[in-house]
Amino acid sequence: MANYLIKRLLMLFPLLLGITLITFTVIHLAPGEPVEMQTAMSPKVSAQARARLREFYGLDKPLHVQYGMWLSNLAHLDFGRSFAPDNRPVLDKIKERIPITISLNVIALILEFGLALPIGILAAVHRDTLLDRAISVFVFAGFAVPTFWLALLCMYFFGVKLNWLPISGIHSLGSDALPTLARFWDLAKHLLLPISIATFGSLAGLSRYMRSTMLEVLSQDYITTARAKGVRERVVIYRHALKNALLPVITLLGFSLPALIGGSVIFETIFSIPGMGQLFYQGVMARDYPLVMGILVIGAGLTLVGNLLADLCYAVADPRIRHGRG
Amino acid sequence: MTFSRCFPLLLALIVFAGCAKGAPEDKARAQGGGASRGSSFVTGSIGEPSNLIPILSADSASSDVAGLVYNGLVRYDKNLKLEGDLAQSWEVSPDGLGITFHLRRGVKWHDGHDFTSRDVLYTYKVTIDPKTPTAYAEDFKQVQTAEAVDTYTFKVRYAKPFAPALASWGMPVLPAHLLEGKDITKSPLSRKPVGTGPYIFKEWVPGQRLILEANPHYYEGAPHLSPYVYRIIPDNSTMYMELKAGGIDMMGLSPVQYQRQTGSREFLSRFNKYRYPASAYTYLGYNLRLPMFQDVRVRRALTCAINKEEIIQGVLLGMGQIAHGPYKPGTWAWKPRIEADPGYDPARAAALLKEAGYVMGSDGILVKDGKPLSFTIMTNQGNDQRLKCAQIIQRRLKRVGIDVKIRVMEWASFLTNFIDKGRFEAVLLGWTISQDPDLYDVWHSSKTGPKELNFIGYKNPELDRLIVEGRGTFDMAKRRESYYRIQEILAQDQPYTFLYVPDALPVVTSRIKGIEPAPAGISYNLIKWYVEQ
Amino acid sequence: MNGPLREFWERFSANRFALAGLWVIALLFLLSFAASFITPYDPDAIDAWHVLLPPSAEHWFGTDELGRDVLTRVIFGARVSLKVGFVAVGIAVAVGTVVGLFAGFYGGWVDSVLMRIVDIMLCFPTFFLILAVIAMLEPSIWYIMVIIGLTGWMGVARLVRAEVLSLKSRDFISAARVLGASDRRIIFRHILPNALSPVLVSATLGVAGAILTESALSFLGIGVQPPTPSWGNILTSGKDYIEFAWWLSLFPGVAILVTVLSYNLVGEGIRDALDPRRQR
Repeated sequence: MANYLIKRLLMLFPLLLGITLITFTVIHLAPGEPVEMQTAMSPKVSAQARARLREFYGLDKPLHVQYGMWLSNLAHLDFGRSFAPDNRPVLDKIKERIPITISLNVIALILEFGLALPIGILAAVHRDTLLDRAISVFVFAGFAVPTFWLALLCMYFFGVKLNWLPISGIHSLGSDALPTLARFWDLAKHLLLPISIATFGSLAGLSRYMRSTMLEVLSQDYITTARAKGVRERVVIYRHALKNALLPVITLLGFSLPALIGGSVIFETIFSIPGMGQLFYQGVMARDYPLVMGILVIGAGLTLVGNLLADLCYAVADPRIRHGRG
Repeated sequence: MTFSRCFPLLLALIVFAGCAKGAPEDKARAQGGGASRGSSFVTGSIGEPSNLIPILSADSASSDVAGLVYNGLVRYDKNLKLEGDLAQSWEVSPDGLGITFHLRRGVKWHDGHDFTSRDVLYTYKVTIDPKTPTAYAEDFKQVQTAEAVDTYTFKVRYAKPFAPALASWGMPVLPAHLLEGKDITKSPLSRKPVGTGPYIFKEWVPGQRLILEANPHYYEGAPHLSPYVYRIIPDNSTMYMELKAGGIDMMGLSPVQYQRQTGSREFLSRFNKYRYPASAYTYLGYNLRLPMFQDVRVRRALTCAINKEEIIQGVLLGMGQIAHGPYKPGTWAWKPRIEADPGYDPARAAALLKEAGYVMGSDGILVKDGKPLSFTIMTNQGNDQRLKCAQIIQRRLKRVGIDVKIRVMEWASFLTNFIDKGRFEAVLLGWTISQDPDLYDVWHSSKTGPKELNFIGYKNPELDRLIVEGRGTFDMAKRRESYYRIQEILAQDQPYTFLYVPDALPVVTSRIKGIEPAPAGISYNLIKWYVEQ
Repeated sequence: MNGPLREFWERFSANRFALAGLWVIALLFLLSFAASFITPYDPDAIDAWHVLLPPSAEHWFGTDELGRDVLTRVIFGARVSLKVGFVAVGIAVAVGTVVGLFAGFYGGWVDSVLMRIVDIMLCFPTFFLILAVIAMLEPSIWYIMVIIGLTGWMGVARLVRAEVLSLKSRDFISAARVLGASDRRIIFRHILPNALSPVLVSATLGVAGAILTESALSFLGIGVQPPTPSWGNILTSGKDYIEFAWWLSLFPGVAILVTVLSYNLVGEGIRDALDPRRQR
């Protein structure tokens, strides 16, 4: 186990390096310079002023030098300063945005697993029945509906028409002055729509995976044996099969994260949630290279850690890995 | 003039309105807080401010906030005449080259410090300092000498007459006692501004909101609406729903929203809509370095082929005016009747193109010397109205046999890779119209270099002479004469096809009283707005 | 139809939902090929005086913000959306198959390097990568298809590799090798046909994903560029009028929903039908 752990940890370094390399390459595919964003709006800018800005941001150096500089800074956890006129450290900007995105995604992830697993099991147990089909249409409909459209329809219906839920943002004005419970309620009301829609959209993958794993387990010999021995179906399913079917699902935990984080661009833009997705979109449009690179590296790094944790859980749960390939 | 291409026109309109303001109109509909917010005022902003030191930012969100926190020496009043702001009065020397400002006494910075001429001198110096990454140094560079004569007197002198001189002192004055001797790019004031204006900065929660409070010691008296809250709402449809649900009180409506979505009795009882011409025009500009556009007959034919009326109908639902030149209709430099304007006349367009040597090819596209008459219109991304406009033009030009492609581009790469390198054929963009009619930056032949604003490469010695004449005198009648002539020349040459001046369409909840629409729009007297108790 | 195919079809068609999905897709293909014969309108014909008209006998789906016929644009949009889906997935499948084949067939360091690249690519939130590249290059339909393809091959690569590994150890490959078959012959004659079925399922789902990605990019303003209609950009132009011009967002929205749903049902149907465990 210790060997396995060390090996996995050592593997992190080449992977992280790969992440930085891909990030850097992707960003430098792009033509154009960020200086323009700052000066473009006003005619009162001289040519020297622009050249000065360019030098100020270090854009006059060759690419590999820029990569080397960036990498060594990353090693010191220095993500550079934003190209945006606020010129703040990228890490600060990300730090203030990341908690909301992570919390939203973790809540959505918990809901996703909490709903998708039972749904998948239900579908497997009742496979090829109308229930199974209805479930598959339901979860795929969640996947298939363009999220921004569903979000707008819900906002209009629950926010404007019924006036039950707030439309955007995460707090009401003046919520700071409210007692804790009321503040929590306020927050919950704001997050209800985005989280529900995100969860609805992500049910399909996991529940179908759960269904097929469950089916696979149910078709195995020991289950057949158990059934033959007269063990009650309920016990067969929930005691014997479920335990083994849940195991591979753990590894999916890590992989669910990038999809959710990716989707946060749309949610955060439409619901005005001040998270990392929104920041990334703004950064990309403004060609704020340090910011975009910082978010890509951190986003991918988070997934890497998520995968590692999921794999470790799996290793702990599954003796074959613990002893065998470790 | 200020570049407005960066933001969707709608956004620009919001800016003219002083940016969307809002607070829940109907208390029963108020979200969350539930209880009355009293005279609080909540506004929506699509973008987050970037930097609250005004000389370091160029985005509309930052300048909106800065406009409430800072003052300049002068400002435009409701009739768009210059009046004193931090300057109580001023004198122009008899030769027109010197201005002496007498500063208002007793004005205090929000931290309690006295405002003095030292602040004005510092603002001037830091703006022209080559180390300051600012986009606003150009006007101040015309200054020959500047001095703080005493605590409340500030004097500048220009080498030659410069008509926009006085207006250029509308630039927000920065607090010298907090900035002098420090690196302005690293100053905490960019996140926590300290000004002299009607509102004091209180709090900024990134990505969510920015809160200002009334300045009780403001020299004109404290504003009635407080706190003043900017909510950051990045999506326009979301913003409109927030308005309807009572989450914000004011925004700039799109023409469709104004005409088709906000006409119900219920809506009109909750909101007041306003409409007045915006200070901006949209144009189609041609790259005059290309042989295709060097022939004035081709440019005139293009203008003849474009139905500006149709564009105003389709894009603005009729809420705008046709533009024939770079000025806002009704302003003093605007020429009401321009003789040389070609007008909409497709038959004439066809005749002009024939005269220029084009013959109709078998595929319905005009050809000259084996080359089809075909070009790409580029415009910036995120501006719905410009995109609609380009599509209408594309359709019209096809009818006379011109093949047009549309390319929508991300702003930064548009500028660097296409505009600056001259790699474009035609562009659909807009300019805001400044109060001073000086056209030097956009039309003078010395401004055709890389990264300069006469990027279409228009060079006309007569126009150059008239521009310099116009900015080099203080005599209004003489200036007007120059600008009238300039408009005739531009109409004759058609380096741009000037398209339209849209209407600004702000809407405010009816809870807010004291709004008096004037030539300057509605937000000039914002500090007088109030809520009826 | 020969034996296995017929057997597959029998199993597939037993699933009514999958069958319905297949019909929907077939219908869409028909519509998009015959687009110009179905509607009397030009998809780009502007009428500035008749914008945002509600559905009527003349315009069944109403008109859009430039007075164009929405039905016509939705039908023509089907072409574009299907094209985006197929080309993007084609690229993903091609890249993924090659990578998976190499990794699985040659093993050793080739395998390690390729699989680490797969691991790295899987760490990125895919939509972030797509967004960064498209926004920084230029939003053209070709870039969109290529980028979606280049960020979506990892799953296919893993599938193909796994299939290769499991086949490699089987007797018939060893036999072929002993008989002196070349690498290329083994790959093309023996391994690829066997790896086809999982890839087919993954590709079907991939088409659905690509259509959705295009619509999300359109929402952010960097999808397929007007005047070319795609479902994503029609829906996006309708989002500003959701309250009163519902027809502009409803029809493309439903088109996306139904199409993506159909692809998913078909993909699942294929998976089930190919599943050797599901003998009846």
